[in-house]
Amino acid sequence: MSKEPVAVVGIGQSRHVAARRDVSLAGLVREAALRALQDAELTWADIDAVVIGKAPDFFEGVMMPELYLADALGAVGKPMLRVHTAGSVGGSTALVAANLVAARVHGTVLTLAFEKQSESNAMWGLSLPIPFQQPLLAGAGGFFAPHIRAYMRRSGAPETIGALVAYKDRRNALKNPYAHLHEHDITLDKVMASPMLWDPVRYSETCPSSDGACAMILTDRAGAARAPRPPAWMLGGAMRSEPTLFAGKDFVSPQAGQDCAADVYRQAGITDPRREIDGAEIYVPFSWYEPMWLENLGFAGEGEGWKLTEAGVTELDGDLPVNMSGGVLSTNPIGASGMIRFAEAALQVRGQAGEHQVDGARRVLGHAYGGGSQFFSMWLVGDRPPDS
Amino acid sequence: MSVVLKAPLVVEFPFTRSLGPVQSAFLTGLRERVILGVRTRDGRVLVPPVEYDPVTAEELGDLVEVAPTGTVTTWAWNPAPRRGQPLTTPFAWVLVRLDGADTALLHALDAPGPAAVHTGMRVRIRWAGERTGAITDIACFEPYDGHRAEPTGHTGEFEDPVTGIVAAARLDYTYSPGRAQTAYINALSGRRTMGERCPSCRKVYVPPRGACPTCGVATSEQVEVGPRGTVTTFCIVNIKAKNLDIEVPYVYAHIALDGAGLALHGRIGGIPYDEVRMGLRVEPVWTEDARYPDHYRPTGEPDADYDTYKELL
Repeated sequence: MSKEPVAVVGIGQSRHVAARRDVSLAGLVREAALRALQDAELTWADIDAVVIGKAPDFFEGVMMPELYLADALGAVGKPMLRVHTAGSVGGSTALVAANLVAARVHGTVLTLAFEKQSESNAMWGLSLPIPFQQPLLAGAGGFFAPHIRAYMRRSGAPETIGALVAYKDRRNALKNPYAHLHEHDITLDKVMASPMLWDPVRYSETCPSSDGACAMILTDRAGAARAPRPPAWMLGGAMRSEPTLFAGKDFVSPQAGQDCAADVYRQAGITDPRREIDGAEIYVPFSWYEPMWLENLGFAGEGEGWKLTEAGVTELDGDLPVNMSGGVLSTNPIGASGMIRFAEAALQVRGQAGEHQVDGARRVLGHAYGGGSQFFSMWLVGDRPPDS
Repeated sequence: MSVVLKAPLVVEFPFTRSLGPVQSAFLTGLRERVILGVRTRDGRVLVPPVEYDPVTAEELGDLVEVAPTGTVTTWAWNPAPRRGQPLTTPFAWVLVRLDGADTALLHALDAPGPAAVHTGMRVRIRWAGERTGAITDIACFEPYDGHRAEPTGHTGEFEDPVTGIVAAARLDYTYSPGRAQTAYINALSGRRTMGERCPSCRKVYVPPRGACPTCGVATSEQVEVGPRGTVTTFCIVNIKAKNLDIEVPYVYAHIALDGAGLALHGRIGGIPYDEVRMGLRVEPVWTEDARYPDHYRPTGEPDADYDTYKELL
């Protein structure tokens, strides 16, 4: 028996900001969930199951927050489950929900991811004082910066590429009312002049710390037929993992990422992603990860990704726009960031991305990664059902 | 076999909580010695109040005051209170349905012993002397045989409401790095770096984990690596971390010790930070009584060829 086609019929986000002191965790997730229900013109009673994700519990210090959030998400009396794959969790949460629909376990599923970074300190949460280990470094930037240098060496990319990415994503964010950073006076010079934090990573080339939630309503063919607005259809979705550290690990282009993309393209019948895909929302927390992931995802050959960035191909009006929403560089409620990529991809093929809409976007990739480049989750969505 | 290392690991953080409108009213009420519940559409009064109806998922906001007296619905005796619990002497954990409420609130009951506690017993709130807008504003419950207290008729509107709290969390672990890392750490005390070779792929893991993550087999063959190695990649850290006593800028590097199958991480010194480069040959610099090399410094050898370390970034 073939899989049930999966449609995205509702999308909701909170307006992402540095600190949402006016709402509890419950109030924050509720906001995104209600907007998704409104978009789909559905009520709580129409939802069969809830799949929720967030980054490690230490980020807010609420152990198993899904237990207390069941009321806010109308999950009482329904199956509710939590997905947990570090920074990629927003993507894998959506895929777990999608698989429940594809397997005909449930007809309509609410999936949601969130982070309220203001309630804690992610840098602290990632740098616990483990006994017998030598403390050397704090936070994610120092972890990823050496891998960026390795990419620069391997590809021979000019040093300006990272700044170009940050400048593009911050300008794209100006067209997205939900984005956290709205830097109206951004210039390339300002990006280049911002302080080096973890050389080669500048301050303006890092993601912000955000409070936010993102929700989607996924449904089957029958649900899609009742949808008030055009659905986005899942054409392929996959997850892959690998260890954080192992002899032979390629941090610049991890095997798990390549395999994950290849699986998605195989499911969707894509043979030339650069030509057949109209845009991508890629998890880029540090600017240089745009060219790195362009290569990892097969949009460019090894060592060639930066050329797409440099030539303007990834600009909003380019041939392969990347992070039309402003991306993780403009909005980073960690656990939600992957789902925002997936949701923004769906908004594009639904034609509902507003000012950052890519004209005629028919197939768009949503991508997330997490941990030490060890968890990958991706989906490709289209404006038409699979096999149509 | 040597004794596996163990050490305490305390994870502690003052998490903050934004309360939202309902919890804000509830905790502000406690500060003012007023207990607020929330009324659902079908007329039930939930204490403590919640923001969303557990049955219908409706948003709730109809605050209603209940009495500071109530009835124990169930209980458990706590013979040995732990740090941070409401009372320092043995007490009962109780669920109390306050007069006027339909649900029960969890708190502590001050009673002389388990024989003095029973389901159905009447209790009242003992307020804390100093109240800040927290659940600890209720010091505990105490046995009570008087009349049901009447609510004051409060509306739930307060001057200067509490909108957030600090919820300090602390977890006490006993951490053990395990057999393989214990051997590695013990060897470091003799200023030797020991890895373990995978019997299947022959790669040498430093630090060893006791198993090869690629092949999924146990490792045990001890292999000494280094002391020299090659900087495979690095970053220059310009921001000072709170709990780290290292002057910035400093170079944080991946160093492939000679003979190792992957790079470990260390600080580079003995050279200006902006002269560090990929391929730099380095050796460890030890200080008295330190478990790890303080940093690595250039050996003066010619830089390693990129092809010799490109798989070890």
